[in-house]
Order: sequence, then C-alpha cells, then structure tokens
Amino acid sequence: MKKYTYTEKKDTRSGFGDGLTELGRTNPNVVALCADLVGSLKMADFIKENPERFFQIGIAEANMMGIAAGMTIGGKIPFTGTFANFSTGRVYDQIRQSIAYSNKNVKICASHAGVTLGEDGATHQILEDIGLMKMLPGMTVINPCDYNQTKAATIAIADFDGPVYLRFGRPKVPIFMPEGEFVIGKGIQLTEGTDVTIVATGHLVWESLQAAEQLEAEGISVDVINIHTIKPLDEEIILKSVAKTGCIVTAEEHNKLGGLGESVARTLALNTPTPQEFVATDDTFGESGTPDQLMAKYGLDAAAVIKAVKKVISRK
Amino acid sequence: MPTTQQLQDFTQQVRRDILRMVHKVSSGHPGGSLGCAEFFTCLYQEVMDYSTDFTMDGKNEDLFFLSNGHISPVYYSVLAHSGFFPVEELNTFRLIDSRLQGHPTTHEGLEGIRIASGSLGQGMSVALGAAEAKKLNGDDKLIYSLHGDGELQEGQNWEAIMYASAKKVDNLIATIDLNGKQIDGATDDVLPMGSIKAKFEAFGWDVIEVKEGNDIDAILAGLAEAKSLTGKGKPVCILLETMMGNGVDFMMHTHAWHGKAPSDEQLENALAQNPTTLGDY
Ligand SMILES: Cc1ncc(C[n+]2csc(CCOP(=O)(O)OP(=O)(O)O)c2C)c(N)n1
Ligand SMILES: [Mg+2]
Repeated sequence: MKKYTYTEKKDTRSGFGDGLTELGRTNPNVVALCADLVGSLKMADFIKENPERFFQIGIAEANMMGIAAGMTIGGKIPFTGTFANFSTGRVYDQIRQSIAYSNKNVKICASHAGVTLGEDGATHQILEDIGLMKMLPGMTVINPCDYNQTKAATIAIADFDGPVYLRFGRPKVPIFMPEGEFVIGKGIQLTEGTDVTIVATGHLVWESLQAAEQLEAEGISVDVINIHTIKPLDEEIILKSVAKTGCIVTAEEHNKLGGLGESVARTLALNTPTPQEFVATDDTFGESGTPDQLMAKYGLDAAAVIKAVKKVISRK
Repeated sequence: MPTTQQLQDFTQQVRRDILRMVHKVSSGHPGGSLGCAEFFTCLYQEVMDYSTDFTMDGKNEDLFFLSNGHISPVYYSVLAHSGFFPVEELNTFRLIDSRLQGHPTTHEGLEGIRIASGSLGQGMSVALGAAEAKKLNGDDKLIYSLHGDGELQEGQNWEAIMYASAKKVDNLIATIDLNGKQIDGATDDVLPMGSIKAKFEAFGWDVIEVKEGNDIDAILAGLAEAKSLTGKGKPVCILLETMMGNGVDFMMHTHAWHGKAPSDEQLENALAQNPTTLGDY
C-alpha cells in the first residue's frame, strides 16, 4: 500500500490565504471581501498587495453576499471570506437568490468549518453547511484536505465560471498532498485496496489514511479516495472502487444527514446498492473542546474509521 | 444596597476570573469582557430584580440577554458570583463536557442563560420577543440586553430597532458597548457608523449616554435614568462608552485583546494589577 507521510503541518485556511495572494498577482479580476475576520481568513497579504481590490464589509455577511453578487456584473470574480457558519446558514437566502439562482460567479470561501474550530463551541461549528450548499442548484461544493490542496483549489476555482462553495478549516493538519494541479469534480485515488472503499473529504482524508495503514497491518486492504469535490460528485471513481471492494465507508466532518455520505448513498442506490457506513456526526451540535478531543468524542478520527470499516465488511 | 466600594471589589474579582479563565484554555475574549465588567456588576449586584432559583420563563423577574456572546467570561463570572451556579465551575470554561461553552448556550442547561448567542446580531430580536411576552403576561418587569458596537453592523439589529419603536416596546433597555473596537480594528476604520446616537433617535428611541462606562456611579445613574424612561411608549438605549481591556494596562487602548489570551507572564502582571477581593475560584 502506498504510504503517506508529512514533514509539516499547516492550517488549510493558510492554503486559502496563499492561493488568494497568488490570484491577486495573476488575475486582475479577482477581488476579495471580508466581514471583520481578515486575520482568521489569512487575507492580509492579498490586502497588502491589492488594497484597491479588497473590500472590508464590516460584520454584515448578508450585505457581503449581495455586494459580491453585484460585483460579478462587470466581470469581477469576488472571493468572500468569513467563517463557514456565517458563509452559509447566516446568508442562505442571499446566496440562494442573488448568487445561485442568478448564476453569479461568486466564490464563497468558508473557514473554521466543523468541530475542529475548537473552543468557540457549537454556535460557530457548522456541521450542516455541505448539505445546505449542495442542495442549491448550480452550486459547486469543494472541501479540500490539506494546505496544498486548499491552495490549489483556491486558484482553480478562479478559472471556473460559476458559484462555488470552498470549505476549509482552522487547525494545523499534516501536508501530504502534492502541490499543483486541482481538477474540480475529479476524485483522487490515494491507496489501492480490495476489501473496502473509504471515500473521505476534508480533514477526514488524513484520518482515513491513518486508518488504512492500521487496517493494512491487520490484513485488510483499503481503497482510499479523496473526494475533495462533493458536488458534482465523481461517481465514476466511486462505482469503480465498490465494484472491486463491495462495501464502502464515507468519512466527513459534517452531519451524517445531508453530507457527502448521503450523496454517495444516492449514487450507490441508483447504480449498485452496496453496504455503507457513515463516519460523520450523529445529528448533533458540537461543543467547546480541543480539536483532537472533539474529533474523538464525535467519532471523526482514525479509530472511528477503523470501526466503521470492520462493521461494513461484516455486512458484505 | 451594596456600596460603590463593594461593587468595585466585586468587579475586580470578576476581572481576575476573566483573565484566569481565558488564560487556562488559551482562548476566549478578554477585551470586551473586561470592558463590561462594571456594567454586569451593576446589573446583577444592584439593578436587576431576579431569582437565582432559575426558571426559563423568569416570570415577574427582570431578564438579561447577552447578544455579543463572545464576552461570555464576564457573564459567567458575574452569574456565578451572583449565585446562579457554583463559582468553581468557572474552572471548566471552554473545556470539553463543560456547561460553560465558548459562547453562552441553553443546550447544557446552565442556570442564568436563556438563549444561545455567539453568532452576532440576533440578541435584540430575542429581547424584543421576551419583552412582548412580558406584556402579554401582564408582567411589568424589564428586559435588559447588551450588544457590541461592531455588532450593530449586522442588519438584523436595525430591523429590531425599527420594530421596537414602531410597536412601542417600552419595557426594554438595550445597552450598546461603545468601545469603538472590533476584531479587525477600530470600528471607524472597519466600517464607520457615524453617530449611533442620532441613528437610534432617528429610529424613535430614547437614548442615554454614559460617557464613563467603566465608572460604577455613572453606570448606576445611567441605568436609573433609563429605568425612569421605561413605560412611556418608547424603547430605551444606553450608549455605554467603555474601554476594551479595562483594568489591565497593557490590554487597554488597543483592539489586540478582543479574542486573545494572555501568556503566563502577562497573566501574572495582569493579576498583580487586580489583587483578589472575594477569593479566587
Ligand atoms: C455573525 C457573526 N459574524 C462574525 C462573527 C465573528 N466575530 C466575533 S466578535 C466580532 C467582533 C465584534 O465586535 P464588537 O461587537 O464591537 O465586540 P468587541 O470586539 O468590542 O467585543 C466578530 C466579527 C460572529 N461571531 N458572528
Ligand atoms: Mg466593540
């Protein structure tokens, strides 16, 4: 089995910030908006280099989404930055009508997604955002897994015409993906195996690789797929894998209702009904704690993936 | 009635609690908490009429709603020292399995909290609803609420501010923590709001200015005046001019401590500026 290692940890939001800085240098149409969270979104370098292309909106996310929609009329490519909760639930109808339905080229960039934002607690820890955003017709939903992939995704979505929800996080996590290309909607085969498929997104990709190594040592061979794009879903790579393994575990830092897991379940139901287990939060709000404590308590770590794998194999 | 000195001593203990709470977990919001320590002390130690036998409905009690939920440390400390829950529980702030969540919540059943807050801009609407319920119940006690000045940038506030005067919600005293600061800097740099006083007045509110928002006597006078204006057909707003980080010299005159915890050394320095008065938890 292919092994993944890392020498450095970084937060995925820094990948966004650095990607945005690069876009500032290469694409004069890119503009950035923020609602009083410049530091948290790592936007300082973009602002320094392009002060005239940065718009501080104040603590007014609904207004930010509307302004972003308006800026596309005239050819700008707005990147909005705030926490995931305030990027989605807070402004759902503004996104729905002015961005999705109106098909505006806005990039909704959302940090601090999921429980791993830690101590701020449930008011800030959205676990429903993938569901909210994937339900909007025409919305592309991307949840990269590490610094390199988040940076590459940030750069890639500027060249894609249409609304995008880009979801990333706060904690420092291993950098294990190569730098460079990002293809929207194309899953990445990380390991090859025959006993079980694990389809993971975001922070759960690294946890799934850790799980796969331990399972391999126990003689269970695992196909790990990094599904960074939840919508449109790469159905081909998933169907190909389950044709080989006959069972699947989905893993995401999100509610089991409405997330990646349900999208995969739908694909399987329509094509080839397959036993599936969900590594996801169990229809609950989060709470304060350290990211590691919360990942463990809410069943989002390698241990939870291993448990799900064993269960799904027994259901084959 | 407590003396001004007693209220000052209480405030100083609250400052120590705030500092130790955020230091322990290296997270949380000391700046706004310190700036509002005197205000919370006045509300809970002198002005509000409430029972510590907590009931969600709080019938025939004055009720308080914190809209800028990030200043939970000052809220928790004052609730604990006012008898809502054991002071030792402050030791669990922001830890896993605690009732003292990063932002206040009803989810864990903490006595004294009636609504979750943290996502900014929602508290005034909730306060209005509670005020309307009191009227329906024939309950003549008051609703108090607190909001950040940066928080006023959220549009929902202005929907609520418009409703309050249109519907003559005159049993509400909404206080704005006018510290002139938010996360990214001075409110005047992030999004200048002009005269907040003129805005509230234009929306039909009575406005009281407390220029010394960290002075116990000035706060008490402002709250008394506000109370005298209730029941007259208009909502009442207090513009409380506070100092973010008040009481700790290196945390004052900057927005840097909005959401940053002190180091070990900084904590020691800050505590030395505020010797214990009621005994630490
Ligand atoms: C809807 C929403 N947007 C953004 C945030 C992030 N946030 C937390 S506190 C804060 C600044 C609030 O400023 P102010 O109300 O003046 O409080 P102060 O900094 O003075 O304590 C921001 C932007 C949030 N909690 N909720
Ligand atoms: Mg402020």
